Amino acid sequence: MRMPAPIRLRELIRTIRTARTQAEEREMIQKECAAIRSSFREEDNTYRCRNVAKLLYMHMLGYPAHFGQLECLKLIASQKFTDKRIGYLGAMLLLDERQDVHLLMTNCIKNDLNHSTQYVQGLALCTLGCMGSSEMCRDLAGEVEKLLKTSNSYLRKKAALCAVHVIRKVPELMEMFLPATKNLLSEKNHGVLHTSVVLLTEMCERSPDMLSHFRKLVPQLVRILKNLIMSGYSPEHDVSGISDPFLQVRILRLLRILGKGDDDSSEAMNDILAQVATNTETSKNVGNAILYETVLTIMDIKSESGLRVLAINILGRFLLNNDKNIRYVALTSLLKTVQTDHNAVQRHRSTIVDCLKDLDVSIKRRAMELSFALVNGNNIRGMMKELLYFLDSCDPDFKADCASGIFLAAEKYAPSKRWHIDTIMRVLTTAGSYVRDDSVPNLIQLITNSVEMHAYTVQRLYKALLDDISQQPLVQVASWCIGEYGDLLVSGQCEEEEPIQVSEDEVLDVLEGLLVSNLSTPVTRGYSLTAIMKLSTRFSSLNRIKKVVSIYGSSIDVELQQRAVEYNALFKKYDHMRPALLERMPIMEKTATNGPSETVQTNGETDSTILDTKHLPSISQPASQANDLLDLLGGNDVVPIIQTTVPTKPASAGGELLDLLGDLSLTGGPTPTPASSVPMSQPPFLLDGLTSQPLFNDIAAVIPPMTAYNKNGLIIEFTFERSNPNPNIAVITIHATNSTEADMTEFVFQAAVPKTFQLQLLSPSSNVVPAFNQGSVTQVIRVLNPQKQQLRMRIKLTYTHKGSPVQDLAEVNNFPPQSWQ
Amino acid sequence: MIKAILIFNNHGKPRLIRFYQYFAEDMQQQIIRETFHLVSKRDDNVCNFLEGIYFTLIYRHYATLYFVFCVDSSESELGILDLIQVFVETLDKCFENVCELDLIFHMDKVHYILQEVVMGGMVLETNMNEIVAQVELQNRMEKSEGGLSGAPARAVSAVKNMNLPEIPRNINIGDINIKVPSLSPF
Repeated sequence: MRMPAPIRLRELIRTIRTARTQAEEREMIQKECAAIRSSFREEDNTYRCRNVAKLLYMHMLGYPAHFGQLECLKLIASQKFTDKRIGYLGAMLLLDERQDVHLLMTNCIKNDLNHSTQYVQGLALCTLGCMGSSEMCRDLAGEVEKLLKTSNSYLRKKAALCAVHVIRKVPELMEMFLPATKNLLSEKNHGVLHTSVVLLTEMCERSPDMLSHFRKLVPQLVRILKNLIMSGYSPEHDVSGISDPFLQVRILRLLRILGKGDDDSSEAMNDILAQVATNTETSKNVGNAILYETVLTIMDIKSESGLRVLAINILGRFLLNNDKNIRYVALTSLLKTVQTDHNAVQRHRSTIVDCLKDLDVSIKRRAMELSFALVNGNNIRGMMKELLYFLDSCDPDFKADCASGIFLAAEKYAPSKRWHIDTIMRVLTTAGSYVRDDSVPNLIQLITNSVEMHAYTVQRLYKALLDDISQQPLVQVASWCIGEYGDLLVSGQCEEEEPIQVSEDEVLDVLEGLLVSNLSTPVTRGYSLTAIMKLSTRFSSLNRIKKVVSIYGSSIDVELQQRAVEYNALFKKYDHMRPALLERMPIMEKTATNGPSETVQTNGETDSTILDTKHLPSISQPASQANDLLDLLGGNDVVPIIQTTVPTKPASAGGELLDLLGDLSLTGGPTPTPASSVPMSQPPFLLDGLTSQPLFNDIAAVIPPMTAYNKNGLIIEFTFERSNPNPNIAVITIHATNSTEADMTEFVFQAAVPKTFQLQLLSPSSNVVPAFNQGSVTQVIRVLNPQKQQLRMRIKLTYTHKGSPVQDLAEVNNFPPQSWQ
Repeated sequence: MIKAILIFNNHGKPRLIRFYQYFAEDMQQQIIRETFHLVSKRDDNVCNFLEGIYFTLIYRHYATLYFVFCVDSSESELGILDLIQVFVETLDKCFENVCELDLIFHMDKVHYILQEVVMGGMVLETNMNEIVAQVELQNRMEKSEGGLSGAPARAVSAVKNMNLPEIPRNINIGDINIKVPSLSPF
């Protein structure tokens, strides 16, 4: 029995739209899918196109349509244009190179690329250019190259974009398109010109050779741009009074790439850039798009200073524009240029700071990032006032980033310790619950090292606790401080402000309150129990403390229970050790942040690093887990003694380093209870590393350099220096050079050391190792070796070479003895 | 590179979905949902750029429809805004005062128009007249073959035999814009 003809697409749409509930819609869809399936089984050519169209509609609504994949292929193979049209569309929407079935298209596409009808050829080019896999691209690149030389502009422009896709998929094929590019720019058709510029841009971005080769096109590009600007009204290309703004933008972008780092090219385009910058009509968006691109180009190439000032001023004007889009875009580009033209951007600081008060979330975010980039020693007080105000009133989404940024800025530029502590207090009290977990150890270290501020700090934190115990980071830092400096608190020693009168019992009340409060997290409870314990050597109310500790020996929280039991044991069996163990923490080894310009990094890419660190495993892992990692290096069971703190936001190298090392805080952050758990298990080692005896022989001799890695054309050399203030630290500078013919981009160097060492990686000079040994990437490593152990290191290198990612691990064992003895 | 182009209405119903980067089916739907969520809570007087989870979102709101272009950092934000405008004006030329219903019932045609503007995530052509002309010629080719319906006669009788629910003349859907379209046969 012959089935009734499948319903038309519009009937289906109409039917589905009558559905009142999701369930009803699903039912209709399922019914229709069943009908379509049977229809497919009938192998009826007439209705196939209609059925696939319906399938695509249902796919858009979110329903599975994979059973139509083969049908698309059959449609593509059909002779009818209608069939091919919907078939290719279906292939692009339903298929991708992950399904083997897509390869079946290759032959059809090949035939269609040579079809007599240009629209069929166009369909084939489009499909290949959207979803062609590497194999397909390899097979069909020749056809695409042929079409790139045709005089048919409709096909030529599509071939150009298809070529871009081919190059992206199979970078080695780039060479074969080179001859065809010879006269692309002499085209009159703007579509072809546009896509040709895109193709040239892609080739230049991918290969420095191509870049040098195409530099000779600069005069031609300048001419084309000039014609666009100078030519009168051309109805064909006019958009809001400007002649083909899209093409202008594209050309400006290509000029940017060609002019970067090249004096001659930059000079050749100086005039036209000035012309565009001054003559472009700014009343419509299209004009501003061109101006924006012009500014970016001026900033990137070696333009003369007058031109640069012009560019920054245009951005400054953008900042004051009523149009929000323009303001946003201005902030974005200022962010990109703040490192290279810092002073010029500083001039617009007040406008930027005003943007913090904008209602638009996107603008606020950009303004915040830019503000952090502009903070320096001169403006820190004023900027911090604004940023703190911003922190108070901004959306919760911003608070974490803002708080971290403030901490970093404060650490770098704090005019005084008192100001620093006050700023931290302000952040903790206003945005305390948004502060990142890893800032707690950072702050603790900071406070520890500000010896003269201890009394003031603990007093302020105590007062803050009295007000509010809901913000965990604040509570944790406060508990720790009270545990450490409780004696200063009760003795009323504060100099900076009026000392408060508080008794030991009151302090213990507060700490015990934290233990029982529902608002406290388990981590916080751990902090407060330890704090109470520490006060046993600072306060006289020993009995009360003993009582609390013994109660928690039966807590259901395992962490708390363990601590309480151990502290109990300390009272009972090891009381003679208690004073030494609970002594005041010494000043911690101050590790600087991973690299100079941290969150004050500027380009928009900082966003992703900020986001990345959100997903990093929380650094607050107990020391026991540290034993897992660095099985890389084997051996060494000694638990690290000094838990030094680390930046809240590692630079990109540091961030991945944390992954490499898992949870260990060699370069990562310390455990949440830095001092207390360690002495429990390893009392004898506690004081060793804390002495300042020089553990390295005082050798003034120069340490010979060494080659650490030499493979695939990448050579990494280590040179050594002794660090002057601390002889325990060896400073190693790595020099990475590349003797191959292609640059190594996105180069990242990471290192791991055995547990007895500590490593600090500063940020690299760049992340591109130029080809032919034309330059090198340098990076500084500082290694602390308190135990005088033989230095060993495991390094991990990742980079992109000729379009493919490369990764390698290596051990470095050939350190000269003078570097670690 | 343009990673995706999404058109959905004020209630989040998709009207056109085109991804230029591979995402699994369920990811696609999730991206659509999240994008709608982000875009729909924006005021009308804020800027048209948003940082989404995977890419930058550049969008324009026309009456009942959101046109969202999801791009990576290599695209010029202002340029894409202009491109959206070009695309919408092209649709307007092709459909004569385009409204949401046109997009609903002619999803395939909208795809074909888009294909002449953006290819493989890159801008192909921005000259509206050129695009309209090319689309017109291809539509004519389709028409000469009978269009998507294939065998009209059988279809008519087949429809007569089908058990379609009674569809009222005035379909009360919030997104209707005045006209009930005179649909050309597929």
